[in-house]
Amino acid sequence: MASKLTRSNRAGWAFALPAFTLLFLFIILPFFFAFWFSLTNQRLISPNPTEFVGLQNYENLLGVAIVTLKPDRDENNQIIRDRDGEISYPRVRTITRSPDFPQYKGMREWFRWQSGDEAKVVVAKDVVFMKALVNTMLFVLIIAPLQGGGALGLALLINQKLRGINAFRTIYFMPVVISIVVISLLWRFIYDGDDGLLNNIVSALTFGAFEPVDWLGNKDTALGSIIVMSAWQAMGFHMVIWLSGLQTIPATLYEVAAIEGSSRWQTFRYVTWPGLRNTAVLVLIVITMQAFALFSQIDVMTKGGPLDSTQTLVFQAVQRGYGKQDISGGSVISVILFFIVLTISLIQRYLTREKR
Amino acid sequence: MKLTKTYLAVLCASTLLSGASFAQTDLSLWYHGAGNEVESKIINQIVSDFNASQSDWNVVLESFPQTSYNDSVVAAALAKNLPDIIDVDGPVMPNWAWSGYMQPLQIDEAKVANFLPGTKGIWNGKLYSIGLWDAAVALYARKSTLEDLGLRTPTLDKPWTKDEFMDALEKAKASGKYKYALDLGMNDQGEWYPYAFSPFLQSFGGDIIDRSTYKTAEGTLNGDEALAFGEWWQSLFTNGYAAGTSESPADQQNGFIDGSFAFQWNGNWRAVATMAEVDDVVFLPAPDFGKGSKIGAGSWQFGVAATSKHPDGASAFIEFALQDKYLAAFSDGIGLIPSTATAAQMTKNYKDGGPLAVFYGLSSAQALIRPVTPGYVVQSKVFTKAMADIANGADVADMLDAAVDEINADIEKNSGYGH
Repeated sequence: MASKLTRSNRAGWAFALPAFTLLFLFIILPFFFAFWFSLTNQRLISPNPTEFVGLQNYENLLGVAIVTLKPDRDENNQIIRDRDGEISYPRVRTITRSPDFPQYKGMREWFRWQSGDEAKVVVAKDVVFMKALVNTMLFVLIIAPLQGGGALGLALLINQKLRGINAFRTIYFMPVVISIVVISLLWRFIYDGDDGLLNNIVSALTFGAFEPVDWLGNKDTALGSIIVMSAWQAMGFHMVIWLSGLQTIPATLYEVAAIEGSSRWQTFRYVTWPGLRNTAVLVLIVITMQAFALFSQIDVMTKGGPLDSTQTLVFQAVQRGYGKQDISGGSVISVILFFIVLTISLIQRYLTREKR
Repeated sequence: MKLTKTYLAVLCASTLLSGASFAQTDLSLWYHGAGNEVESKIINQIVSDFNASQSDWNVVLESFPQTSYNDSVVAAALAKNLPDIIDVDGPVMPNWAWSGYMQPLQIDEAKVANFLPGTKGIWNGKLYSIGLWDAAVALYARKSTLEDLGLRTPTLDKPWTKDEFMDALEKAKASGKYKYALDLGMNDQGEWYPYAFSPFLQSFGGDIIDRSTYKTAEGTLNGDEALAFGEWWQSLFTNGYAAGTSESPADQQNGFIDGSFAFQWNGNWRAVATMAEVDDVVFLPAPDFGKGSKIGAGSWQFGVAATSKHPDGASAFIEFALQDKYLAAFSDGIGLIPSTATAAQMTKNYKDGGPLAVFYGLSSAQALIRPVTPGYVVQSKVFTKAMADIANGADVADMLDAAVDEINADIEKNSGYGH
């Protein structure tokens, strides 16, 4: 590999130079900037000089601790319970805001669980970041199979010789061409809780038995709604990649399979799927990378709400860097995101490597 | 040879073209109202009047869409590419002044002595920006609604108390005629939130930050008054009185006009458009939650960039724009409050007995500008998130605590923002 690059092929390098220059200027260099800023207290605009703060920003972002809450007891030392039999605990703020526990200063409850009579509360320095991290992971985990699988299904559908198949190809590919901002706005109308298209369709189908749901205004459905819409939007793009993969599989193989009397499923399982191996790797990695960069849909549709149920890492990075003028805070998130994506990509590469 | 000729011809032509304004120095002006025809017309008029009125300066206007305006200015500032005259949102000004992007105006303070307090951008004791108008917020209602529900019409001297206000919402809800009793514009999670809702908090007795020092929000944003405010705020949504954060912008725009909302808490920049659609609309003062009725103040203002080579020219333009006729024109066009009492008398809506006259008094008596501190830019975002989360059912005390922590951490990170 290296020998190929070092062989005298000046023309090749000359061709690559413009792209390399742009990549270096706008991707590689800014990344080093981000890495450096994440170790300082750099502001977007400020008359104060920038100071080096070491890993302070990382601590503020990733600090997590567990607090044990003992149940409230009355004067007879009986545990106080409410009407539903739930044990009553002191509020977390009595600990995090008390001068006796300086180590928990500025922390907030992230989630809790019950162990015996006590409640174990996980407090985090930056709950919003933690939620963004979890949401982003969840988004990637769900969207990768959903979008990849859906795109493969579409590709198989339109990979046949039918009349007017090009019309279908165009229709499926259409959402990819339209700006994501426009699509997000349109889906806001679809998901509208009062008289949105989705609610109207479902209630018409169920003859009014269906209670309208405020899809984006409910913390249990907001992220799911965005996942469905995002999967639909980019499906066409990956469909085209799958399609190109399908076209590379020699027709002779299918002929042989047909002569051998293989069923549809067997044909897919033993001819099509092995032939799509490299395509699958590419699609999976591309979807993963794109999914981690989820931003526009959030910015247009929910702004991270309701109750942080749709916060994502990139949205938080932008919010902090530009909205709150805290470039260092945005940079830390970007650096963490970079390492997460790098790790996952490497793992994917390893798992999908050619086994010889 | 031929090229040279063409080049010379072009050179001659361009000299001829610019000959008209040969003696004038160009000044650039950035404005936030791109896409708003009425505003554009008036601001263009002011610019051309000014350019024709003297022979030293020639102002060149560039308009930006409001949503990305602040980002454009900050980006330009970082690129050392600011215009001479900057249009700035009142509460953002201290941040830009502190960052060294603006310089004090060269306008005699006596010239603006009679301006509404909310229109003056003062930071560190100096006048950095001045507005041609102030904005106010009011409770939009219909006369017929008040009569149907048997409600007392509140006045400036006797606004609704909290109980009267809640009673009005309850009656509107019980009547079953409305989708929601109240619309607060919850879909607009921008600067609207602190502008529209922090006065409620102040009327309860809390605030976004302790204004005596500007160093902490502890006790003002999470004290007992703030907690009472938070509980009340949450109740608006849990009891189904008000439309929540997921409301669509279209519903918000038309909901009051088409009768889906009994009341709407809205800025007076929507007043002219609403009056055209709803003939018996009345504008009610803010309810009094205990510490007097309060509304926000401070809208877009003009200032001079620190990098401007011609601050004298920039200030001359701003001073020119402060004439009553222009204040009145903006007011008539958009419905905003003219900055001076004399200009108010020249307008349709704010002259004595005009439909919006009530606001002029309200704005001069009860308007409270948002915290004057460079940290406001961050505090505004934190407050907005807290309000949205509480509306969506977050624990009030925990949410306000979190907001306080974030605000205080930010102040600390910025070494007190120069206070």
